[in-house]
Amino acid sequence: MSKYYLFQDAKNCIGCHSCEVVCKSNKDLPLGPRICQILTIGPRIVDNVPKAAYVFMPCFHCEDPWCVAACPTGAMQKRAKDGIVFVDHDLCVGCKTCMSACPWGAPQWNPEIGKVVKCDYCKDRIDEGLKPACVTICTTHCLHFGTTDEIPPLRRERYAKAMASLE
Amino acid sequence: MQQEVYSICFMCSIRCPIRCIVENDDVKWIEGNPHVPGIEGSLCPRGSAGIALLKDHERVQSPMIRTGPRGSGKWKKATWDEALDYVADKLKEIIKKHGGPSVVLGERTQISTHVSKTFLRAIGSPNHFTHDAICKGSVNTACRSLFGYTDAQMSTDLGNARHIVMYGHNLLESIEVKPVNNMMSALEKGAKLTYIDPRVTVTATKAHRYWMIRPNTDLALNYALMHVIIKERLYDKPYVDRWIVGFQELRSFVQPYTPEWAEEETGIPAEEIVAFAREVSKDKPRVIFHFGYRGSNQVEEVYVRRSIMILNSLMGSVEAKGGFFFKKGPGEVGGKAARKLTEQEFPKIDVPRFDKVGTPDFPLPDPNHGVGQMLPMAILNEDPYPLKALIAYRFEPLMSIPDTTQTRKALDKLDLIVSIEINYSDIAWYSDVILPESIYLERTDCPRQVNGLKPQIFLRKQAVTPRYDTRPGPIILKQIGERIGIGQYFPYNTVEDLVRWQLEGTGFYLEDFEKKGFVAYTNKQIFWDRNDGIKFKTPSGKIEFVSSLLENAGFESFPPYEHIQSPPEDQFRLVVGRCALHTHISTQNNPYLNELMPENRLWINARRAAALGIPDGSLVEIASKQGSGTIKAFVTDLIHPEAVFMLHGFGHQAEMATRSFNRGVSDALLQENVTDMVGGSPAFHHTFVTVKPV
Repeated sequence: MSKYYLFQDAKNCIGCHSCEVVCKSNKDLPLGPRICQILTIGPRIVDNVPKAAYVFMPCFHCEDPWCVAACPTGAMQKRAKDGIVFVDHDLCVGCKTCMSACPWGAPQWNPEIGKVVKCDYCKDRIDEGLKPACVTICTTHCLHFGTTDEIPPLRRERYAKAMASLE
Repeated sequence: MQQEVYSICFMCSIRCPIRCIVENDDVKWIEGNPHVPGIEGSLCPRGSAGIALLKDHERVQSPMIRTGPRGSGKWKKATWDEALDYVADKLKEIIKKHGGPSVVLGERTQISTHVSKTFLRAIGSPNHFTHDAICKGSVNTACRSLFGYTDAQMSTDLGNARHIVMYGHNLLESIEVKPVNNMMSALEKGAKLTYIDPRVTVTATKAHRYWMIRPNTDLALNYALMHVIIKERLYDKPYVDRWIVGFQELRSFVQPYTPEWAEEETGIPAEEIVAFAREVSKDKPRVIFHFGYRGSNQVEEVYVRRSIMILNSLMGSVEAKGGFFFKKGPGEVGGKAARKLTEQEFPKIDVPRFDKVGTPDFPLPDPNHGVGQMLPMAILNEDPYPLKALIAYRFEPLMSIPDTTQTRKALDKLDLIVSIEINYSDIAWYSDVILPESIYLERTDCPRQVNGLKPQIFLRKQAVTPRYDTRPGPIILKQIGERIGIGQYFPYNTVEDLVRWQLEGTGFYLEDFEKKGFVAYTNKQIFWDRNDGIKFKTPSGKIEFVSSLLENAGFESFPPYEHIQSPPEDQFRLVVGRCALHTHISTQNNPYLNELMPENRLWINARRAAALGIPDGSLVEIASKQGSGTIKAFVTDLIHPEAVFMLHGFGHQAEMATRSFNRGVSDALLQENVTDMVGGSPAFHHTFVTVKPV
């Protein structure tokens, strides 16, 4: 597991896909690959009101990544200093083994270069002290990024407020 | 070497402040301006697709002159001199033969609108119009009838609201970043959202109460709400006593409009209407019955929008924290606004406008904007006089004005059509000459005066040199102007000159915008005193339920409610709207936005679809008296059985825009061109359609 945590506060997500668009723009990707993706589940009527879930799917940057283990050329790697999983295009031969190996479909195919692309938490931005592209521009700031201890306990706070009675 | 450039987005008409990172004359990164509260880096998906627009080789790359019949796609690449001379020669000939008023210029209101208004006044034409009326003319008129201000002079304090009520105002998909964030933060703090729409939207999925109202019956719901609020004395009595003219008239008027009556009309249970009226009024005045952005659904539109604003007035939420407020200009703190070219002296114009706005035929719409959807009729009937030339400046008559077939017929009568455009829009494709404008990242623009609780000025600043042979709009108009003998009205050589000229006397300078992209006249929020200080601009100085504006023009303040007919059994009411990924008609060809949303689909109620034999995803033919098209069906329980819905802005016909060409169906092709003749909006939800499997 990387030392970072990308947390989507789903309650505040409006499923606008700005994260996806900026991700592609920042990485100058052609049509096809979606390094991160918002999947809309619903809407369905629950207790008389429509409810939908807008689920953000980037790469989870696993502790023991299936994609790294599967990669025959060593292109797919885990960065030693912070655990970010990334692909080195100089080594990638486009065999797609990582795409088959990942349980969540994170590695994507870039038809323009014939190689795999995937979320690297915008490590170039992180190295400059910035946040990933998707987190920076998120319309509602529902994406949060940091080390695990930096993420605000939003859901606990919300739950506590809902439960608390000060009367 | 990296450089930061503060500017203003223009992927939609909201114009959010942005910060660009530029390296080697290339835009590397765009984010929302981090210094602006409510923005703080945020960028909507259209904004995020700005770099894709900059790079897009399917933009108009140079001036083009038509060589084949209109719309044939036969073009000759031209130099700027050739294209400008061509336009100027034609204009001179037309003006000489038919007079200045035979020239019309339509545009989407933008920061440089004062330049195009200047152009028209200089040639002696009253015929400048904006897209505004097509979107919200009746909202403007409704607000003036009650408060003396236009809708654009008002805004909402969503962040402090306790209950927000939206009538099809799908904020979370139309996305204005700042209001979205303000509303989300209000919801986080426990505010309630009530959402009313014949269709379930993203906004509906965040609501605490959702009513799938029968289409076009919002007015009935509102009259019943007023009935309950007045009967049960749920209104803000001190506010009503102090500020309202015509409360007694309203009380007697809404007397017959009971919740039971409204249930019949709207489909919303009477007891829910009563419960809602009681609940919402507990939060007064921190209540927003939102008057929406677009307000152009039905011929009674002005009364629908008035009813929404009357509810706010009863809650005392007009000029209230957590309610509506009037935007404050620099004058409130002794400052001066940036001046405009329209402040110059112009030749006197004594003919009526083409749309007859301001005449007894059409007295009330705002003459600052005109009524654009009247253009086809004015051209076809030569009423009030013949029109010969159209300059379409980022304005799309073929896809924005209902009834494309009629509009095209009207355009065919014109001697000259010029487009000032960035894309191969349908009107650019149908023009005689296209004058390509540099996009927002490639040009500086006029100062943007932003009035509000804190008056400010923002500036759009050029980030990179134009990728193609394009120019800024204010330069294009000046260069035509010089060729037809009105050059003296454009006292600048560059847009930067114009910005300096406009800023003279404000105490601010071009350089002041470099640090944060904006300047502020004050740091404090200005609210007027609710007991004595609200400066309503009506003749009475109060909120006019009984409106002098309406009554003096011969219209009733409270016309009796007319039952909204259901469509005949085999038909549907066509309703239209927006999504987060596209701006009106202008972004469908953007590579990234097109990838995520390439075409529109027809939402149809599952029960009705089953009866018609229409499976989800199948192709259907949708047809009205005006036109027809083939579109994929989206079969769902999430839409009222009387309605079908499609996104506006698809079905482009310009072949050069290959990604959007012929994808989906244009709503304008199907819609009848019908107008609310009091308020000025077209009635986009007036048309009935049939749907059948293909």
